[in-house]
Formats: sequence, structure tokens, C-alpha cells
Amino acid sequence: MRAALAQASLIRHRARTMLAVLGVAVATAMLLDMVMLATGMRESFRELLLSQGYDVRLAPKGTLPFDTDATIPGVSGITKVLRTNPDIREISPVLGGSIHIAVWARDVSSAVLGVDPIVQGDYEFLSGRDITTPDAIVANDYLLKKLGARFGDTLNVAAGYDPQTRTYSGQRKLVLTGEARFIYGATEQSAAAVRRETLEALGGGARRDRASLFMVRVRKGANPDRVRDWIATQISTVTAISVATAIAEVDQRLSYFRQLAFILGAVSLFVGFLLVTTLVTVSVNERAGEIAVMRAIGLSRAHVVQQIVIEGVAISLVGAIIGLALGLITARYLNSILSAFPGLPMAIDFFLFQPRAAWSALGLLVGSGIVAGIYPAWRAASLPIAESLRREAIA
Amino acid sequence: MVDSGPIVSLLDVRRDYSLGAERVHALQGVSLDVERGDYVAIVGPSGCGKSTLLNLIGVIDQPSSGTVTIAEKRVDGMSDREATSFRLHNIGFVFQRFYLMPILSALENVALPMAEAKLRREERDARAAELLAYVGLSSRERHRPSELSGGEQQRVAIARALANHPALLLADEPTGELDARTGTEIISLFQRLNSDGTTIVVVTHDEDLAKAARHNVHMRDGRIVAA
Ligand SMILES: Nc1ncnc2c1ncn2[C@@H]1O[C@H](COP(=O)(O)OP(=O)(O)O)[C@@H](O)[C@H]1O
Ligand SMILES: [Mg+2]
Repeated sequence: MRAALAQASLIRHRARTMLAVLGVAVATAMLLDMVMLATGMRESFRELLLSQGYDVRLAPKGTLPFDTDATIPGVSGITKVLRTNPDIREISPVLGGSIHIAVWARDVSSAVLGVDPIVQGDYEFLSGRDITTPDAIVANDYLLKKLGARFGDTLNVAAGYDPQTRTYSGQRKLVLTGEARFIYGATEQSAAAVRRETLEALGGGARRDRASLFMVRVRKGANPDRVRDWIATQISTVTAISVATAIAEVDQRLSYFRQLAFILGAVSLFVGFLLVTTLVTVSVNERAGEIAVMRAIGLSRAHVVQQIVIEGVAISLVGAIIGLALGLITARYLNSILSAFPGLPMAIDFFLFQPRAAWSALGLLVGSGIVAGIYPAWRAASLPIAESLRREAIA
Repeated sequence: MVDSGPIVSLLDVRRDYSLGAERVHALQGVSLDVERGDYVAIVGPSGCGKSTLLNLIGVIDQPSSGTVTIAEKRVDGMSDREATSFRLHNIGFVFQRFYLMPILSALENVALPMAEAKLRREERDARAAELLAYVGLSSRERHRPSELSGGEQQRVAIARALANHPALLLADEPTGELDARTGTEIISLFQRLNSDGTTIVVVTHDEDLAKAARHNVHMRDGRIVAA
């Protein structure tokens, strides 16, 4: 009967109840989005960095890992040194650059990676044939469309292009053999891969025996941080970063951002809380006479409090459920906007849905609904009965 | 029951209110006994303390001094919890404004105190239906208060007051908001209730209602006076 009374009282003021539910829903959506935002970037960075199982990266000293302009000289020497460490299982030097492909009268440019297909961790091979020969090239979906080429087609690939004179330098014929998806590439970005020696040769000697970065996989059970420290003492031209350290660094960079998200989330929770408190207070004041009569005919204080708290919880619960849906929709929408930001790896998500986050948002809201209901309920149930009745009779 | 003493017994009861810095002496030493089965009307000019007295008998207010004994039980100084339970099981209240729960049907309104007394659903629905039949509203069980006339609402309120077989039925101006004809219906319902054994105390301005009672208690300025 308690729940029935609460429900009936909410239905009686349909418009008001609906507005409150909507308010709570918006606050919930905001809260959920903030929680998703706070954890989303970190989690997807972690997934991205860990997905290929490489534990240590070597970058040219003094640069950031994804910078393709700077290179590390002496790849074969470094590889030889790395091989002396029994904890290192796999070494994958990667050379980055750009290429120009002449298609009829058009010039199509693309990012390119020079890798060893056996150990590479940069792309996922999809179809056709991988770069098993020096004249093979694989491309991503976006580049394939731009080229309008098919597997087996021969492409004129150059390292340089002068748009003024429309001349190519270091041109070479390569055969398009397959399609790949580049893990660190953005969706709207051309990308291709060739064997590293092929890309070295395209540069005309300037890039001989050079790499933009090394990806190193350690033996199972070995400590990547120890391997990283060892590399730092052995090879002076590189900065070694363990993925774990990178994640910790990203984490730290994102921590301000996360704090901001948590503060905004807390604010929206508080707004929802105030909304429910206000609504329940107004509704209780309106029913002061009814409540006094309920008490006079022998309904306990606890009964009255419960009935009012149920109202608050019902508003919060319905609002929160609608809010979760609303939050997910807005998160997806915002995510698609932010992910389209040029140059971002497509695997990065800004908003990450974690059921735990959703449950805790729901729990927080229902909890705040209970707290929001308790104060006005307790006040209403504690009013002196005779005096409330008298005041109502006069009013 | 073989109780022989009065069901209501007040001894030198005072009730003071603070009104800002002032003290209002609403009751200035009231002593009153009501016997079982009696039907008493408390009458007197407005502001003389009738409602204050009835609220003390109904245990929704506490005296500043003096003793209040209802059904052999001292009720002055009861805790809120004790008083609530006492009201639920011993007192039936009817107010000038009918104060039904607007969102519950007539039947649910009558069943509400029985639900609080933890009666099983079938039992309380059966008794609620019986009580509505007693007050002549069998056909209105499913109606909401807003769909009932003033007189009908007051009869539902009376049925609700009778829900848990109270020893005492209290009513504060029960005809105050009704037209004369509907008032008469309530007056005869009270008479029927009293002849069926219910002890009734009413506070009223209504001469017809006062005349229908077995005894009248006259009040003036917070005191009981001779007629
Ligand atoms: N809560 C209160 N605070 C202050 N004064 C009160 C309060 N309740 C009643 N009074 C005063 O006590 C007196 C008796 O009131 P009441 O019992 O309601 O009279 P009646 O019911 O006979 O009209 C009046 O003077 C009234 O103003
Ligand atoms: Mg009065």
C-alpha cells in the first residue's frame, strides 16, 4: 500500500513528476558520460598499446613514439645488440614515411610503413597476399578506393613529388598485393605498407639502415622494465619506453582531465539530488494535511517516511534508467565526432561504456534519491499532528 | 468486557501554547469523564478550547499538565510510537474536512488503517466493504474521493474511523462543511452508531448535532461550565 500511495501521488502530479524525471535523466546522462569519458581514453589507449603484445618500443632519442620524421640510424647494429639479450624474443624495426603514387594524371599520396611482415605489429592483414616480395605493397581500404586499383595492378610509387613541375623522384614499380587495416591509423587516412628494405631503397640511400622505431617483444616471464633499462645502457641513440610506462604516462597526462570529468559528474549528481529534494519537499508541504491525518489515524512515522522516500527513489530510478539510455546515445554521438578528429588512431575511444560505471551511476542516483527523500519525509512525519491539522483547517 | 470505569477520564488538564512571547492558556484545568456507550457533544463559542480538548482525548496532542486516561491507559506522556499504536487500535478520528487520501478509492481509504494494523488483504477488503455498506455506500467502493459528494466523503471518513474497532469515535465539527440536509444524514448515522454500541465524542457548533447527543458539555474560555 505504501508503494501504491507513492505511485498514486506521483501520478497525481503527472507534469511535475515528468519534469523531475527528465531533470534526473539529464543529470544521469551527464554523470554517465563523465564517468565514461574519465575512463574511456585511458582504457582504449591501454588496449591499443597492449593489443599487439609488444612490450618495449624504441624511439629516436628526444622524440615522441609516433613521429615519423626522425629516424634511428644503424638498424642492423642495434638489432645485433638486441639479439644478445636472451629476454628479447622478437625485434621489429619499423620505418615510416610517405609515398606518392601516380594514377593517370593524378598524384595520390599516402603514409607508408616499411616493416618485416613476419614480426610486424602495425597492421592487420585482411586479404590478398601480404608483402612477401620486395615489390609488393599492401594498402588500407581508404587508399584502395582512392587509387581505384585492384590486387595485381602495378603502381608507380615515388618517394618524392614536386607539384610545381609535376615530377617524381625515386620512382619505382610496385605490385599491389593485398589489403590491410592499420592499427594506429585513422579511418580517413591513406596508409600502405612495404618491406622495410623496399622503403629504404625508395629513399635513394638517405634512409639506408634506418628505422623510425623498434617494437620489441620480451620472453614470457621476463620483466619489460628490466629489458628497457638494459637497452638504455646499451644503445645511446634510442629512447626505450615500456608499454607499461607509456600507459602510466598517458594515465598521468589524463589525470587532470579525469579529475575534471569527475568534478563535472559530481556536480550533475548534486543537481539531480537537489531536484529530487525540491520536488519531494514541495509535494510534502502540499500534503501536510493528508500527512497529519495519516498520522492521526494511526499510521506510523516510518510508514509516512517510507512512502515519501519511495517517491524520491521512484523518480530517481526512472530518471536514471532514461538517463542511462540518453547518456549512451550522447556518448556514441560525441565519440563519433571526436574520433573523426584528423590524425587520431581509429581505435581510440573517448567514451568507453563499462557496465560497472553504469551500475555505479545508477546506484549513486538511487542512493541520492533515498537521501533526497529522507530529509523532507522525516520533517513531514515529525510535525506536531494537532498543530498541522489546525493550520490546514485555517488555510 | 467488564470494564466499569469511564472510557475517558481527564483530571485537571491544562494546555498552554506559546504564541511568540505570549502564553495562550487554551485549557485551564479541565476534568471530564465519559462513560462507555455514551454520546457526548462538546459545545461552546469559537476559540474556547474544544478542539484542543478533543486532540488530547485523541492522543494527537499532549497536555501541559494534568492526566488523561483513555480505556484504562494513561496516555499523557506517551512516546510518539506508543501514541501512534494507541490511536491505531483505540481511536477513530473524523475531521471537519474529510481528508481522505485523494488517490485511493473509497474501499482502499477504509482499508488503510487495517493495512497498518497488519490485517490480511482479504480480511481488510471484506471489512472495508462491510463498513461501506453500513454507511450506505456499497455502490461507491471503487470511487475516488473526488468522485463523491461531501456527505459521501464524510461517510467514507466515518467508515475509515471505524476500521479497527475503536473504543472511541472522535469527531471535530463533522457537519461543519456540509449543507443542512447532508448534515442530517451524518447526525442520524452517528445516532445509529451509538445505539449499536460505539462511544462518541463530538465537537460542534451544529445545534442539531448537539441535540442528538445524549449529553452536552459546555465550554467557555478553556473551562467546562454548567449549562
Ligand atoms: N497551536 C496553537 N498555537 C497557539 N495557539 C493555539 C494553538 N492551538 C489553539 N490555540 C489557541 O487556543 C485556543 C483554543 O483553540 P481551539 O481549541 O482550536 O478552540 P475551538 O476548537 O473551541 O474553536 C484559541 O485561542 C486558539 O487561538
Ligand atoms: Mg475547533
